[in-house]
Amino acid sequence: MRLRFLLNGAVQEVEAHPSRLLLGWLRETAGLTGTKEGCGEGDCGACTVALGDLDEEGALRWRAVNACILFLGQVDGKAVLTVEGVAQGDGTLHPVQQALVQQHASQCGFCTPGFVMTLFTHWWRLGPTDRASLDDLLAGNLCRCTGYRPILDAARAALALPGGDRHRDEAWRIVRQLRAWHDRPPLARGFVAPRNLDALADHLAAHPGALLLAGGTDAGLWVTKDLRDYDHVVHLGEVAELRRIGVADGHLQVGAAATYTDLLPHAQTHWPAFADLLRRLGSELIRNSATLGGNLGSASPIGDTLPVLLALDATLVLRHGERRWTLPVDRFFLDYKRTALPKGGFVERIDLPLPPPDLTLHVTKVAKRFDQDISAVLLATAFRHDGHTIHTARIGIGGMAATPARARSAEARLEGAPLTPATFQGAAAALASEFQPLTDLRASAGYRLEAARAALLQAGAAAMGDEVALPLEPVA
Amino acid sequence: MSRVHQSLAHDSAVQHVTGRARYTDDLPEPKGLLHAAVGLSQCAAGRIMALDLGPVRNSPGVVAVVTAADIPGVNDIGPVFHDEPVLATDRVDYWGQALFAVAATTVEAARRAARLAQVTYAPEPPLLTVDQALAAASFVLPPHTMQKGDVEAALATAPHRLACELRMGGQDHFYLEGQIALVLPQDDGGFLVYSSTQHPSEIQHKVAEVLGLPSAAVTVEVRRMGGGFGGKETQGNLIAVLAALLARQTGRPVKLRLDRDTDMELTGKRHDFKSRFEVGFDDEGRILALDAELAARCGLSADLSAAICDRAMFHTDNAYYLPAARIHAHRCKTHTVSNTAFRGFGGPQGMLGAEFYIDEIARQLGKDPLDVRLSNLYGPGRDTTPYHMQVEDNVLPELMLELEATCRYRQRRQAITAFNAQSPIIKRGLALTPVKFGISFTVTHLNQAGALLHIYQDGSLHLNHGGTEMGQGLFVKVQQIVADVFDVPPAWVHLSPTNTGKVPNTSPTAASSGTDLNGMAAQNAALTLKDRLAAFVAERHQASPEEVRFEQGEVVVRGNRLAFAEVARRAYLARIQLSATGFYKTPKIHYDRDQARGRPFYYFACGAACSEVAVNTATGEHRTTRVDILHDAGRSLNPAIDQGQIEGGFVQGMGWLTSEELWWNEAGRLMTHAPSTYKIPTARDVPHTFHVSLWERGENHEDTIHRSKAVGEPPLMLAISVFLALRDALASLRPHSRPKLDAPATPERILWAAKALREGR
Repeated sequence: MRLRFLLNGAVQEVEAHPSRLLLGWLRETAGLTGTKEGCGEGDCGACTVALGDLDEEGALRWRAVNACILFLGQVDGKAVLTVEGVAQGDGTLHPVQQALVQQHASQCGFCTPGFVMTLFTHWWRLGPTDRASLDDLLAGNLCRCTGYRPILDAARAALALPGGDRHRDEAWRIVRQLRAWHDRPPLARGFVAPRNLDALADHLAAHPGALLLAGGTDAGLWVTKDLRDYDHVVHLGEVAELRRIGVADGHLQVGAAATYTDLLPHAQTHWPAFADLLRRLGSELIRNSATLGGNLGSASPIGDTLPVLLALDATLVLRHGERRWTLPVDRFFLDYKRTALPKGGFVERIDLPLPPPDLTLHVTKVAKRFDQDISAVLLATAFRHDGHTIHTARIGIGGMAATPARARSAEARLEGAPLTPATFQGAAAALASEFQPLTDLRASAGYRLEAARAALLQAGAAAMGDEVALPLEPVA
Repeated sequence: MSRVHQSLAHDSAVQHVTGRARYTDDLPEPKGLLHAAVGLSQCAAGRIMALDLGPVRNSPGVVAVVTAADIPGVNDIGPVFHDEPVLATDRVDYWGQALFAVAATTVEAARRAARLAQVTYAPEPPLLTVDQALAAASFVLPPHTMQKGDVEAALATAPHRLACELRMGGQDHFYLEGQIALVLPQDDGGFLVYSSTQHPSEIQHKVAEVLGLPSAAVTVEVRRMGGGFGGKETQGNLIAVLAALLARQTGRPVKLRLDRDTDMELTGKRHDFKSRFEVGFDDEGRILALDAELAARCGLSADLSAAICDRAMFHTDNAYYLPAARIHAHRCKTHTVSNTAFRGFGGPQGMLGAEFYIDEIARQLGKDPLDVRLSNLYGPGRDTTPYHMQVEDNVLPELMLELEATCRYRQRRQAITAFNAQSPIIKRGLALTPVKFGISFTVTHLNQAGALLHIYQDGSLHLNHGGTEMGQGLFVKVQQIVADVFDVPPAWVHLSPTNTGKVPNTSPTAASSGTDLNGMAAQNAALTLKDRLAAFVAERHQASPEEVRFEQGEVVVRGNRLAFAEVARRAYLARIQLSATGFYKTPKIHYDRDQARGRPFYYFACGAACSEVAVNTATGEHRTTRVDILHDAGRSLNPAIDQGQIEGGFVQGMGWLTSEELWWNEAGRLMTHAPSTYKIPTARDVPHTFHVSLWERGENHEDTIHRSKAVGEPPLMLAISVFLALRDALASLRPHSRPKLDAPATPERILWAAKALREGR
């Protein structure tokens, strides 16, 4: 493949193999060693770079991403900023860099370039500096030395410091270049990035063996961990229709290649509990790349959004060649990582019915760590009730079977039953007898059952107005 | 002006934030460089029946493959005992053990090739746990005992007795920069090794021994590590040795950089322990006797386990006086990776045991654990440790009372009791625990250090010492120390990479001793040069050397002010030697291990922490909501750096005791070998209320460098307060209960503990 992008403001024309990843190219080919490899799986953030593209208004938008699992082809027509490009040309430090130095926020320094880049994107958009927002922001950047306190302080201090003018003053140059590339021919050899749905559908139908690449937060690991080599990659990210999110026909329609970051504000509007889950799904860096369609395509039993889609009765719009059809999400998962999608097909859109006023969505994710951890159990419940009687109940559950699943016997115990603790006790017992989870590194089978039961009871308590939440603040 | 006791930024801070700081993988790659990868065992225990490397050799890009048969010297990388092969010969003893190494033209080619070996094993049932090893009497080293007083008699007559048992998990270092070495063959048959190591001298010795060369033929250099935490004290040996073997075989430079998964499978971790205690005490909870039995999982070889287990024993008292004590420790041999140094070096495991049995006493008596802690502290007449060392400079009684007051422990205790009474699911807990950590290598000969200082004709200084920089701020502290001798700006003192060719026979940068040892050595070198310059200037100005003062970059004598650079230039012209070495060895220490008696530590570094947690007892999820720390760093050389060590150590310790869980499957394969499965703390895990203070009255009573105290390891153990706060929250579920909670306190363990308490078990 041959691609073009901006690297620290300079145009790059690059010839590379389709499964070349950005980090390797930066370090080995471009000789920019400031960006580090810590894990090769998008979990530590040492490889963070800022990826720039144009938002709906045509303004430059910088988002932090994991270079270690980003296919080089994904940056075609975009701008990449690395730690080497953050300071002014004369060496004057950017406010983010100044703040990190002033707050003594680096020790070994290996994670620091990644923090610089994540914080740079935050500085760029003048992001909020309350603790919760910063925790969300930094969850994908691990530091083993500092204990994070000085980094959090630096994140706050950076926004108050002057400087960094070059980036705002010269943004127009980047915008002009990205606009000029807007109508460039799509990448079509080796790394194929169609621009519209029909072209994508045709290409995939004709080449069902190609690697279907959405955000790459799973597929990138097939390269870094499984050492696979792909001669033919089909990237969804350039298809505008697939990135669209909007309301139509009583549904929130989410393009399969829309990122979690793009989905988050919509989720916040309609299902705050879903938004709360998204904020701890992966990390800022992962959410900037990862997609709802990708989560469906991977069809992992521990895919965190999938129980929510089940609870919300989502409908999938599937596509294969010229054929387009819809399928309720609970018929999509056939077996372990096997779906109803035919080879060469793809998910086009996810339709989420807008919540009626009496619907409450509740999500419990249990993991060893709050952020960016694969769930031991994830339980999503959507109840409609009038305060006395439960009319409908949908329970989606992850981590309990070979696929994400609905807890149908528990649902049956709830529907039409009075909204009382006893009802939920009964449903929880039914839930526990419905699944035979596994014991693995994340949890024992017994714990999964127990936690799922507790999660359902907590969802019931919440429906009855008694939310159980861990306090973040100490006792008075 | 004083150049120490100042909060200077880390010497590399600007390089860190600009990405200019070079780690080993960032060094410009030499021409002809080959990349290496390691072939790992896929069997935990058994004989190797066949090892077919044909597919590896034939894989694209492969240039060389080495096995044990290609080792010209000794097939051993054991740092103390010679029991750990570089490469497996006829058998494997853990899943992930190195079988061979391959060099290829690219990293990917090497890694792909390394997976292609056809290996046939005759598998044996592996011993994976401490329990299995104890049952099979499988040990890497004989057990060891420390004893003081008549334990049986004291236990028999004690008004109260209890027995308790605690298991605590290991911990992966998760340095962000994985293990790496770059080896360049030299034209004289020697090798230059760039290694991410805390112990360049040991890398030098091991490369030389394995290659069958004299030590002088091998030079090791390290500018900085991307984190070490003990994981690069001995674990870099294998990496450097493999790269050196391939470099020797090919005559080309070779770089071996482990990917994260290989790093976590192939290299050692913190030891997991099972500890059992029998303790006798009075009505106040004062301990009369302790019988402790510790068992550590050491893995396939001894590595540093002798000293690590000894240190666990040394800290089984933590801060508490034990009138009679027997501390017995087993060093279990298992078919798992050989466990190694990790910040605290056994101290955390010993200390967690101590805080656990104290907590048990308090809960059995229905007392506030803080009261039991305070009443058991060392004090006048109660000042001899189980290894017969007298505790002097006993700061904890004062320090803990100060923290108790400033963190409002008693008021919050009441508030938490009230909160828990009305909250059925969410429970809060509180714990205030001390740390008393012995400073010195317990292997006495390691307590030495050297430095080399040059002054150039322009007055700039070039400093080398035996310590390595892993982020802890050693270099900036030593820079400050040297700058202080001459009263010159610290920036005039240039720090060179640690290099075995400049300072030989160095000790590892470990045991929190980096600044204590190297700072003193560097100061001694600087004082030597200062004396030479002072004598020279005095002679020129017909003054006595005592009249010569070094002030703010100038040398002052009899009203004359000379620029430091001018003095250096004139001294050179007068043929004054402007280069000096410095040396230091820690005084006063001695230890007779056979008798388990002596003074292994020069002094103790102390601190205390109060942690508050909230627990969802239905799911086991929890948060740490507030932490207050008061720590004694003596007269801190650099308060900002020390605060960083305290906070960072605390959070790392919190990870050890909560979210970081190592999990092996039944076949003995570690399944938590990357950050996706092994969870170190994130920013969110840092408590919203986090007060960290250096103890203002802190001053080392011993003559350490500027009366500072070592600070690298001790703060990690402040996090024990988090674990005990979780236990405290659980205990609120049932009066006078002694929750059964092992570490790490994952949601699962918390839930089971809560369930047991609710069900009256």
